[in-house]
Amino acid sequence: MTVMEQRGAYRPSPPPAWQPRTDPAPLLPDTAPYRVLGTEAAGKADPDLLRRLHAHLVRGRRYNAQATALTKQGRLAVYPSSTGQEACEVAAALVLEDRDWLFPSYRDTLAVVARGVDPVEALTLLRGDWHTGYDPYAHRVAPLSTPLATQLPHAVGLAHAARLKGDDVVALAMVGDGGTSEGDFHEALNFAAVWQSPVVFLVQNNGFAISVPLDQQTAAPSLAHKAVGYGMPGRLVDGNDAAAVHEVLADAVRRAREGGGPTLVEAVTYRMEAHTNADDDKRYRADSEVETWRAHDPIALLERELTERGLIDEDGIRHAREEAEELAADLRARMNQDAVLDPMDLFAHVYAEPTPQLREQQAMLQAELAAEQDGGDR
Amino acid sequence: MTTVAVKPATMAQALTRALRDAMAADPTVHVLGEDVGRLGGVFRVTDGLAKEFGEDRCTDTPLAEAGILGTAVGMAMYGLRPVVEMQFDAFAYPAFEQLISHVSRMRNRTRGAMPLPITIRIPYGGGIGGVEHHSDSSEAYYMATPGLHVVTPATVADAYGLLRAAIASDDPVVLLEPKRLYWSKDTWNPDDPQSVEPIGRAVVRRSGRSATLITYGPSVPVCLEAAEAARAEGWDLEVVDLRSLVPFDDETVCASVRRTGRAVVVHESGGFGGPGGEIASRVTERCFHHLEAPVLRVAGFDIPYPPPMLERHHLPGVDRILDAVARLQWEAES
Repeated sequence: MTVMEQRGAYRPSPPPAWQPRTDPAPLLPDTAPYRVLGTEAAGKADPDLLRRLHAHLVRGRRYNAQATALTKQGRLAVYPSSTGQEACEVAAALVLEDRDWLFPSYRDTLAVVARGVDPVEALTLLRGDWHTGYDPYAHRVAPLSTPLATQLPHAVGLAHAARLKGDDVVALAMVGDGGTSEGDFHEALNFAAVWQSPVVFLVQNNGFAISVPLDQQTAAPSLAHKAVGYGMPGRLVDGNDAAAVHEVLADAVRRAREGGGPTLVEAVTYRMEAHTNADDDKRYRADSEVETWRAHDPIALLERELTERGLIDEDGIRHAREEAEELAADLRARMNQDAVLDPMDLFAHVYAEPTPQLREQQAMLQAELAAEQDGGDR
Repeated sequence: MTTVAVKPATMAQALTRALRDAMAADPTVHVLGEDVGRLGGVFRVTDGLAKEFGEDRCTDTPLAEAGILGTAVGMAMYGLRPVVEMQFDAFAYPAFEQLISHVSRMRNRTRGAMPLPITIRIPYGGGIGGVEHHSDSSEAYYMATPGLHVVTPATVADAYGLLRAAIASDDPVVLLEPKRLYWSKDTWNPDDPQSVEPIGRAVVRRSGRSATLITYGPSVPVCLEAAEAARAEGWDLEVVDLRSLVPFDDETVCASVRRTGRAVVVHESGGFGGPGGEIASRVTERCFHHLEAPVLRVAGFDIPYPPPMLERHHLPGVDRILDAVARLQWEAES
């Protein structure tokens, strides 16, 4: 009989640093999405904030419609609309202080604009004249990320660096339901929790990753549940309830700023339009489902609350719409101007100093352009 | 004239010294990676840094390469100069998406607004008896990614100089460290370490008249040995150590080939789609009328890196280089 076969002979002790968790605060998210509008909690909401959210929602909806129209006119290569998800977009931008950072995903143009980035600059990527049209440092908005979830570790690293420097800066990173399946999502959450970085992860669960529905994306009870395994709290919120999203994000931002570490927020929402103008959503969902969600429209929900409580009247609503119309008109006018492009920009920003190889190619293009010019002059 | 204490030092020691000097000179320099803290890295290159500069400056991360490089991106965005260690060549592959989709092109995406001064240290190459996934030569992947500088030292002095230059660079630099040479010793003065020329300059390690061996990293000492052996055959070989694969020093390489009229490119990584093809093309395009023979390549086989007991058959050695040199006499034979 070997030692291992003797009953009780092998008593493994846990690794030295291992401790069972005894935190009194449960990390588990709520069972149902948290709501404010239409509940008693709405009475405690700041009326000014609600009106501000409303104005931004209306502007955002109009912006989405205008950008979608621009794709039909060939002015934008593609536009992933966030119609139906405006509450998440707007709350994500408004909850941050100037010194904080926003890490948007490709569908988050509205959040970028709500943060203060010029509406035309925010569309440069989608128009196709340059990848990122704005200076990320001007409003502390990282470039719109097209690869999924890869911007999340950047948010963690930035927040980590800020904390090392002693700055109370928070990073808010946005990702979709599909993005939660990516490895970078896992690595970012794990790093953030281990380092207790001041980061807020906002998952906009809009039901589909292009065409793949949530039940084929994850077996978790909710995406907010994923937080638990990393040792951070997960919050589940109604993503169409702007007041609720703002409140939950504000809690998470405050917690992060005070040194409490990261939070994962899942906002349950719905994408009312197709994935982009290139997508045919009739192949994967029924009109009736879309209609069901129309009854839970983020603007309608907030307008009802504001009206019932006498915080806005018809004039106020009309004013918000007129303002949104002005934004759209300005966007239309500026986007209808042809972009002025300098082909030499191709070489300008690859390295701080172009390599000798790039200089040769630069000279070649310069000669080609000169030849074109000569040909045109003749 | 001051006398300098020149004593033997290893490449690993020079790299450690470079990290220490960079961290002491610039508080924004941060080292992060798996095992770089308490352990000092599996090759001990980060030895003592956590103790000297604190765990906030030399940080043991969770075991996740995409996370290591991805968080380094965010740190660089906030004004730090991260130096990340990828423990072994093949362990860097999970970080490829971060490298290719973000690190290499953030400056370009943002029209120069957001440069990323990140140094990515990767021990690479074989010859140490490593098991699978511990001996890859991945330089072709990095070379094929615009926006990255790719450098690799072959000497103790260059290891120091290139790492300091990489950390000082405002662009991302992949520093490929030939792990086979970590314990190679050289006379080097650690009290007065010298910087290198700006990244992008090759150096002639040995002058010769009859042919040029173009090489880098772990193959440099092999080529120098081959050049010595070739003297017996009446060949006087020049050895050019590239040091930098991106940018590529056409000037030094082509000046040498124009002098000698013959060239062999030597590297460990596979030949098909490998760096040698690019180098041979560049040399041919620029030196065609000076060439007495085709530019030849001596490379590793086009196979996944072999198990350690077979690696000596795969790695370009002195004999295989001499065989190639013999083939450079092709014109006389034809």
